[in-house]
Amino acid sequence: MDLDDTTEQAAYRTQVRSWLEEHKSEAPVLSGPGALQDEAEIIAARRAWQGKLAEGGLAGVTWPKEYGGQGLGPIEQVICNQEIARARVPGILDAIGVGMLGPTIIAHGAEEQKSRYLGSMLHGDEVWCQLFSEPAAGSDLAAVQTRARLQDDGSWRLTGQKVWTTNAQFASYGLLLARTDADVPKHKGLTMFILPMDAEGVTVRGLRQISGEAEFNEVFLDDVALEENAVVGGVGNGWGTALTTLMFERVTIGLGGEGMGYNSTRFALAIARDEHARDDAEVRHQLGEISSDLLAVRFTGYRTLTALQKGQIPGPEAGLAKVTIVNGAVRAGDLIADVLGPDALSQDSEWAYMISFLPGLKSAGGTEEILRNTIGERVLGLPPEPRLDKGIPFSELRSKEGAPA
Amino acid sequence: MNLALSDEQEFLREAARGALSRFKTLEAAREALDGDQSALPDLWPMAREAGWPGLLIDEDHGGAGLDAFDAMLVLGECGRVLAGIPLLGHLPATAILGEAPNAASLLEALATGERRACYLPVAPPSDVDPRWTVDSAAGGRRADAPTLASDGADARVSGELAWVPDASGAELLVGVALRDGRPVGVAVETAAQGVSVHEARRYDATRSLAHVALKDAPATVLDAPEASLASAWHLAQALIAAESIGSVETALEVSVAYAKERHTFGRAIGSYQAVKHSLTEVLRQLENGRSLLYYAGWARGGAPGEFPLAASAARSVAGRALDQAARTMISVHGGIGATWEHDAPLYFRRAQLSRRLLGGTGAATDRVAGELIAQADAA
Repeated sequence: MDLDDTTEQAAYRTQVRSWLEEHKSEAPVLSGPGALQDEAEIIAARRAWQGKLAEGGLAGVTWPKEYGGQGLGPIEQVICNQEIARARVPGILDAIGVGMLGPTIIAHGAEEQKSRYLGSMLHGDEVWCQLFSEPAAGSDLAAVQTRARLQDDGSWRLTGQKVWTTNAQFASYGLLLARTDADVPKHKGLTMFILPMDAEGVTVRGLRQISGEAEFNEVFLDDVALEENAVVGGVGNGWGTALTTLMFERVTIGLGGEGMGYNSTRFALAIARDEHARDDAEVRHQLGEISSDLLAVRFTGYRTLTALQKGQIPGPEAGLAKVTIVNGAVRAGDLIADVLGPDALSQDSEWAYMISFLPGLKSAGGTEEILRNTIGERVLGLPPEPRLDKGIPFSELRSKEGAPA
Repeated sequence: MNLALSDEQEFLREAARGALSRFKTLEAAREALDGDQSALPDLWPMAREAGWPGLLIDEDHGGAGLDAFDAMLVLGECGRVLAGIPLLGHLPATAILGEAPNAASLLEALATGERRACYLPVAPPSDVDPRWTVDSAAGGRRADAPTLASDGADARVSGELAWVPDASGAELLVGVALRDGRPVGVAVETAAQGVSVHEARRYDATRSLAHVALKDAPATVLDAPEASLASAWHLAQALIAAESIGSVETALEVSVAYAKERHTFGRAIGSYQAVKHSLTEVLRQLENGRSLLYYAGWARGGAPGEFPLAASAARSVAGRALDQAARTMISVHGGIGATWEHDAPLYFRRAQLSRRLLGGTGAATDRVAGELIAQADAA
């Protein structure tokens, strides 16, 4: 048992660190004095920075070399993330593309798709978004209703609506799950597509959240035409392809460790600054409980990483870490607001932003309830909830729900 | 980076599980609760055979020279079956002695288990309490640590320690006393004058507890570094955390098995979300506890400065996890889970008592906060 680098890992770390030393002055400044303010400028600067990271070998660390990656393992990816954080520079802009969608295309895409899309994705020239969730298909993702209809010439026409789409407002492409056959059970009639976001009939609309900011989008598809070669992984295989993406999502979460900035150090700092609160028994008790849980998640991340190194694929139990992080952060926000009072809820307060963001995060990447169902069934081996949709064609299912397919 | 059990550690754990399976520890626990203390098997000979008393003593002195994480694996197996083996007292005592060159001659008999030592738990200062303290027999305030008076070679220790695990039957008591306000390690023969050990079992018959009173008891002053005295406290926290997590494992396994076989309204109760989610909550806390045991196991050797934080966090999470697991075990089983017919009450009793020992999980949780606030001040 060891948390130290091996000789090879230490050498890799040195290499990454010296690259960052040399180039960090070129990184965009996102906070503090001199920070970029204009949204479009920020995106442009972060795309350019992603390109530099890619040239330096600091993006797509685990991607195969033939697609512009470094062909290294998850441990090197984590070392790279750690060094980027240490250098206090932004990471890549398109973490969803490079972390989840690119690997899906590498696993299931055609050769021409790989050579066309992967390089520009990695360098941030074309940003991607994930078009899976819909207003009526989130936890039950296989219930997607966006309909792709095959035309006589082999092309497709798409109509439907996607939601919770991060980065859609500036993405060039989206990986989209659609229903191509409604007359078979729901998991069987799905197909994955590559959607150019500038195609005619695609409308992106920002979805404002509690904080007032729009970090997600709704994407409307109105009779959008797609070529035959837009299909990824074969017609009718969309569910299997989507599972690959979700597996990479778990890897990303697992490697994120205490991800998203919700960590014990940050919360303890806020309490330590208040002379009364830091000695208050009840505040300390709350801080101690929250921090213990968040510390645990950091080491769960290291356990996941160890398993990845041994070639094991992380299972749904990674979802438990997400539950711990989100609930821990909710408690921390509550505690800090209790200590700081209404000031914690000021417009420019990092805590107000966090407090507003968390209720939605509870449902992101699977609601807490669906995660607990999946973990209960797949990890503990508990029997599934009786299901009313097994083996029933999707169209029949929809008419039972009182809606047209 | 490698945060997984080695082959040797897997073997150690399997061997411990195999050795403990030869005893009917749960039946004995129930009978002992009924008043038949003699029903509890003497597991010390088995522990000696397995080499557990010498786990933390180096090989030059007849021990196995293993580290805290290995000891935590063994305690976890004990916790799974509520086995009462006095390792929680013995192992931290050997950890202090192992760092005291003038105690080297004591180690061999302790490594083989021919003699048994017991750690007298004295908590090091925290950011809000500058004292070295011990658990009180009653009341919320922590009591002062024992004191040491020395006159040339003659050293005598006085003080009272309540709820000391595994003191009954131990031949050597090892702990901390204050000499002119400074902590020093001390070793006291239980048979010496001025030493009294009163058995104080409560609620969980498998847990050996005693009140220890020292009145001018002759002591050997140990030349162990001060850091080892604080570290022994944190080691004890990590060990009881590991033991608790072992109990959580069993409580969860038994509950899950029942939830699969028990049917209501035509289906297994484990298919209901309410039951499923309560069991995944136990799993969540179990996994968090397990990860923190890895942290503590690594930190004691790999990052000693973080050991207080790691061990305290493990204790905090493990204590809560066992309470949750024991309550869930009872509720999943329904009424039968709250009766003498079932094992669930044994785990419940273990949970309620364990959480109040060695400073209690509340003190461990507070120390997590204190350590992090100190880190924040230093940053």
